[in-house]
Amino acid sequence: MTMLGAGNKLSPLGLLSLVIRRDLVLAMRRRADVLTTLVFFVMVVSLFPLGVGPELDMLRKMAPGVVWVAALLASMLSLGRLFSADYLDGTLEQILLAPQSLSLLVLGKILAHWMVSGLPLVLIAPVLGLQFDMSAQALWVLIAALLLGTPILSMIGAVGAALTLGLRGGGVLVSLLVLPLCIPVLIFGAGAVEAVSTGMSVVSHLSLLGAMLLLALVFTPWVTAQALRISME
Amino acid sequence: MAINWFKYSAPSAFYGLAGKLVPWFAWSSAILFAIGLYISFFVAPTDATQGEAYRIMFIHVPASILSMFIYLIMAGYAALGLVFNTRLSSMMATALAPTGALFAFISLWSGAMWGKPMWGAWWVWDARLTSELILLFLYFGFIALHASIDDPRRADRAAALLAIVGSVNVPIIYFSVKWWNTLHQGATIKFTGTSMHVAMQQALWLMMLACWCYVIAVTLTRVRSIILERERNTQWVAELEEVRS
Repeated sequence: MTMLGAGNKLSPLGLLSLVIRRDLVLAMRRRADVLTTLVFFVMVVSLFPLGVGPELDMLRKMAPGVVWVAALLASMLSLGRLFSADYLDGTLEQILLAPQSLSLLVLGKILAHWMVSGLPLVLIAPVLGLQFDMSAQALWVLIAALLLGTPILSMIGAVGAALTLGLRGGGVLVSLLVLPLCIPVLIFGAGAVEAVSTGMSVVSHLSLLGAMLLLALVFTPWVTAQALRISME
Repeated sequence: MAINWFKYSAPSAFYGLAGKLVPWFAWSSAILFAIGLYISFFVAPTDATQGEAYRIMFIHVPASILSMFIYLIMAGYAALGLVFNTRLSSMMATALAPTGALFAFISLWSGAMWGKPMWGAWWVWDARLTSELILLFLYFGFIALHASIDDPRRADRAAALLAIVGSVNVPIIYFSVKWWNTLHQGATIKFTGTSMHVAMQQALWLMMLACWCYVIAVTLTRVRSIILERERNTQWVAELEEVRS
């Protein structure tokens, strides 16, 4: 993090974009990692019709839940990468020592992580929705719900990733910690898409997702920063 | 006279106090259980609509209430330990977790036994059942995180943070599950406006008290073991009679 040496003169937004750019560059150097999550997501979703049968009526009904559960699992899978590389090469210690706000630096890392692991899922989801014969309107709502929901998954996941940093069996453990906390996102995310077919209000679900996103945006970077300090001391 | 409020926050002082308190709570619990179970099985009348199966509620209701209370108390102790760095608070949180998980499990298990004759199904996706299940998962997360960190200090602090995040999340989970449930199906069976028979109330209160005493007795016993384990290298532990013999 030599870049941060000059960080004293940076504005908070400049700092944020610096961290995001750094993590994006690192991710682009290791493209296979990004693709693995995406392929996992596509495969899990494609397995469901094979498991439950090809009746379109049933698939259409199941689609929102299946896509959301798959997105949840895919985001769990990518959480290990959030801090572990920086932890192993000592960068994380430097980040903790930096004079800038740790919460802000953590937020940057979370956003970058979402861009490489969450955003691709949002973009590929409509294609998977077509496999399940979803209507055009439902697909738009699915995109909107995923756009609001997947950042929350990354943020809650960051707390779990920070708490389990460097532990044996961290991958399974982080799922055990984080999945119960993600249930509200799953409920309202899948509920929004389902509301299209039942003719109920989509806005209420999306508003609640938005509220949760704001709540997570305020609290989780700080909690993650505390968790990192506990794990690194 | 100045009272030293913090005397028993030292594990060495609390170890002896807990040892003196355990038999009292254990015996109260045993006696209350005996009376409570007698009233629930032999004195309380058969319910007009639910028959004999309603008697499961005498263990189900205390278990459900306690499973939720214990999580809050656990998170409270964990927060105390995190903020003031008091070792004993963290030990109490650790000691409470297995009992809380046990009660959440008993609540789910007894609920299933009651649901089969009443609703005709072992499990329905009712809001309360679902949130109780998630509560059990939260307990498992707390225990698993604590168990997988070797350094006890880091384990305490990490688990404390998780407990606090969990307790903030509990209301959100509860309401989301509740709204999710009402979107899917109509309100399920509720105990609305049933005036309970006096004997039923007595039995319920006695069982509740018995469970409380059980929780306190078990937690204090467990915290004594944790204290001994953590402080095994200290002078005062080496001087204990039970350790020397």
